[in-house]
Amino acid sequence: MTVAAPVAHVADPAESSQPPVATPPPRRGKWTGWAFVGPFMVVFAFVFLAPIIYSLWLSLFRDQMVGGNQFVGLENYIQAFGDQQLWRALGRVTLFLVIQVPVMLGIALLVALAIDSGRLHGKNFFRIAVFMPYAVPAVVATLMWGFMYGTQFGLVANFNDMFGLNIPSPLAPEWVLLAIGNIVTWQFVGYNMLIFYSALRVIPHSLYEAAEIDGAGQWRIITAIKLPAIRSAMVIATIFSIIGSFQLFNEPSILQAMAPNSISSSFTPNLYAYSLSFAGQQFNYAATVAIIMGVITMLVAYVVQLRGMREDMR
Amino acid sequence: MLALTRGRRRALAGAAALALVITSCADNGTSEVDEDIAAEGGELLLWGWTGVYEDIAEAYMEENPEVTVEVQNVGTNEDQYTALQNAVAAGSGIPDLAQIEYYAIPQFAIADSLADLSELGAEDLEGTYTPGPWDSVTMEGGIWGLPIDSGPMAFFYNAALLEEHGIEVPETWEDFAQAARDLNEADPDVYLAADTGDAGFATSMIWQSGGRPYQVDGTSVSIDFSEPETQRWAELWNELIEDEVLAPITAWSDEWYQGMANGTIASLTTGAWMGSNLQSGVEEGHGDWRVAPMPQWEGEEFTTAENGGSSIAIMEDSDNKELAYDFLQFASNGGGADLARDQGVFPATVERLEDEDYLNEEVEYFGDQQVYQVLAESADSVAEGRQYLPFHVHAISIFNDTAGQAYVSDTTLSEGLEEWGEQSAAYGNEQGFDVE
Amino acid sequence: MTITATDSRTHRTSARRRPARTSMLKSTRFSSVTRPRRSALLTALTSIALIYSLLPLVWLVLNATKPQAELFTSFGLWFSDSFHLIENIAATLSYDDGIYTRWLLNTILYVVAGAGGATLLAVAGGYGLAKFNFPGRRAVFAVVIGAAAVPGTALAVPTFLMFSQLELTNTPWSVIIPSLISPFALYLMWVFAAEAVPTELMEAARMDGASEFRIFWQIAAPLLAPGTVTVALFTTVATWNNYFLPLIMLRDSSWYPLTLGLNAWNSQASTAGGEAVFDLVITGSLLMILPLIAVFLLLQRFWQAGLSAGSVKE
Repeated sequence: MTVAAPVAHVADPAESSQPPVATPPPRRGKWTGWAFVGPFMVVFAFVFLAPIIYSLWLSLFRDQMVGGNQFVGLENYIQAFGDQQLWRALGRVTLFLVIQVPVMLGIALLVALAIDSGRLHGKNFFRIAVFMPYAVPAVVATLMWGFMYGTQFGLVANFNDMFGLNIPSPLAPEWVLLAIGNIVTWQFVGYNMLIFYSALRVIPHSLYEAAEIDGAGQWRIITAIKLPAIRSAMVIATIFSIIGSFQLFNEPSILQAMAPNSISSSFTPNLYAYSLSFAGQQFNYAATVAIIMGVITMLVAYVVQLRGMREDMR
Repeated sequence: MLALTRGRRRALAGAAALALVITSCADNGTSEVDEDIAAEGGELLLWGWTGVYEDIAEAYMEENPEVTVEVQNVGTNEDQYTALQNAVAAGSGIPDLAQIEYYAIPQFAIADSLADLSELGAEDLEGTYTPGPWDSVTMEGGIWGLPIDSGPMAFFYNAALLEEHGIEVPETWEDFAQAARDLNEADPDVYLAADTGDAGFATSMIWQSGGRPYQVDGTSVSIDFSEPETQRWAELWNELIEDEVLAPITAWSDEWYQGMANGTIASLTTGAWMGSNLQSGVEEGHGDWRVAPMPQWEGEEFTTAENGGSSIAIMEDSDNKELAYDFLQFASNGGGADLARDQGVFPATVERLEDEDYLNEEVEYFGDQQVYQVLAESADSVAEGRQYLPFHVHAISIFNDTAGQAYVSDTTLSEGLEEWGEQSAAYGNEQGFDVE
Repeated sequence: MTITATDSRTHRTSARRRPARTSMLKSTRFSSVTRPRRSALLTALTSIALIYSLLPLVWLVLNATKPQAELFTSFGLWFSDSFHLIENIAATLSYDDGIYTRWLLNTILYVVAGAGGATLLAVAGGYGLAKFNFPGRRAVFAVVIGAAAVPGTALAVPTFLMFSQLELTNTPWSVIIPSLISPFALYLMWVFAAEAVPTELMEAARMDGASEFRIFWQIAAPLLAPGTVTVALFTTVATWNNYFLPLIMLRDSSWYPLTLGLNAWNSQASTAGGEAVFDLVITGSLLMILPLIAVFLLLQRFWQAGLSAGSVKE
């Protein structure tokens, strides 16, 4: 789902009460830390900051096939604000976000709790098996599901034939968002499950013992101890998934070849930016769209983080 | 120079045959490629995705041991154009030669990315190619590439399947529509054709029907899908879509190959190059498939259209244009073209097309039918005057956003095409063209 | 799967043997409420998620055994008449002069250099951020997270243009350099290092006159190992599965990673004269995910510890 490197962040370790801040400042030169952080930041500046700055620069120009390149100020931004295709694409990923993310995280949480409960037969097998799809590249996952979605000869067709069902084509315009949601869910349930499971594992078991002495049942332990304890993991996973949803690209772009009428060239904002710059050679406008999407993503991620943290303090 | 090319364009529009005379003005004495250029040696880089290019390059290197031709497959059609545009934008990593399909030629030509081959003597080759491909590489008074293959359209069909259901091979589009309904009624799992909206197919059909939706004159462009010739196809096809007698299977998908292999899709109306794709992709069809002439509009003169086909162009930034041209002649019109034809590439040159041995060849896959005769006849009857937009690559990318909606919603194909035209025009205007 | 020994009973005993410091990181809790009974019902319910995760993989394995013709005509979730797995593997490895092996080697190169480098940078950076107070520390966090929210696909063009001016496109560098940065890895190592490396230990080493580099290498690095393995695995997955970046950067197919190569095979059917090789696409996909799954299984003990201790804490 994530096109760029995955990003997780909840607590700014430098701000929260977490250990990073509790670190006493070392005695030696105050710049020593840069010796360790420097290499990362140099490469980061080269592969992240420079292209962003370049994009900002590009977004102020317009290059036409006839007429050449000219400075247009904020015209591209004005155009973007009135661009139906962009807002429809944003609406689509927002819809995707509010449905797919809760479903995916919900399943992941349930599986994590089930494995953590110790009540499963063969829990290690469960843990590894559910995680396995994460090892499948988005390209392969999409090709695979694409093959299976076929209503003529794919698995869907097999099921229709076998059980006399009439499952509609998952790649029809009405269903295609769901079809993509399914691929993304399949790929990332295990990954999120593992984040939750890892958080569950570090809950001190003395808490459970204490609860048991108080007569608390499984359900009570889940709601009163486990869920609050992994709140920050849930916030991480949510922010991850939000960024991933807003950047949705690989799955729709590969499925497009199979369902061209269902997935338009502006299906998601990212696909739109890609079509603009590659099929359309509108580098400048594509850069504008990218910047607008970056700002929106940051705002949403920030709000979620703020909310998550506020509830944490309660 | 500019004035000259403008003059030449008008001449071309007026009478194609006269162009040859006028273009000779452009020759500056060095136009003929030096015969010995290949002996001096050098290195060439060719971008192309068709497999045969490797073999052509090897054959050329065998004849010209001093020259190295490297073939890179940087992606199939749009992917390669993207890479090519990016390389041009960046000004580095540009190959000497590139495979470019006919519809994309204007886009690269107008951006001054391609070398005008008339400066290298290419007008001498006029008349050696069939009219469709040659038309497609010449525009704006220049020659922007040399044809490698061509795609005159024909009706490829599964004869065994049609026979089984008592369906006759359609000769007209009205017959075709009826056959599509009959066949699907006879067996709801069988379709005469599959289509989910394909820009190349649609524009070829419009072309055959007589519609000329694009008129391009330099930077002024007009787009019009309302001509009656365009509309009659759109209406006929729209009815087939509404009656759900076209298989909703996207061309080139695995389902599509599957459909042809297992008898779900009974025919394809497409370019001549399909023959070799059928042989490699639909092995099960061996012996069952045949080729018939493209269905016609009732009572009209036999007319076909081209669908697809590629040329090789020389990039303007190449430092080795003369050597590149020497290779290109070999590939398009020399030993390379012979080799390509032997490997199933449908030739664009008259000489190879009219070769008796070729025409009389009985192709085993098609039940020993002499299919090249049908295809050659089609090549000979291609409607004239097709034009592509100077931003056709983009237009194709939004075909399914617009016209494609007719296949999945209440929108009619006519409305979809109109919307396609409008969105294409909007893009053209944004790019500085004068589009109406 | 028994090597992991995360079953509650063995876990308890092994934890007891561990030095006290590690047990801070890796909790010694039992599974949930002290002595859970295995539940067939819960196992059955969780199996739904298991089937969901495994079904497409089963499909992939089954279909890798079919020749192309039967791929189209047989039921998707069972074997076809002929068992062609060996033939398919041989064909995949030998097709087009064995280009698949070349792509595999490329992928390995990108993983070793890209993911390896990313891990080193993240480990050093995370350590620097966690253990040193230096000017601009807070800004580093804000900038890294902010930049990561900008859609990667949309930055592709500016990055591409920049790289072409440096003549880096179409070289392995164009894939490796951007892979060196993983904001997520930096975050993970930051949180992990804060906890795993006791400041007192560093202070003691400083008293003994050890240089900062030596402290990092000889004292911190071993303590950071579980986090390092985790980060290495996640960056490996990201690099192994990388599709979009090489797609725009590389033209010469002899530098392709497997993802691009498989996609090229898949789209090869869609050209005049192109040969449909869906059987090779499927077999190639299967071969491509096996190494990752193997690595995950072999190293799971390490990366799970890293994930538990690092990514999320209560």
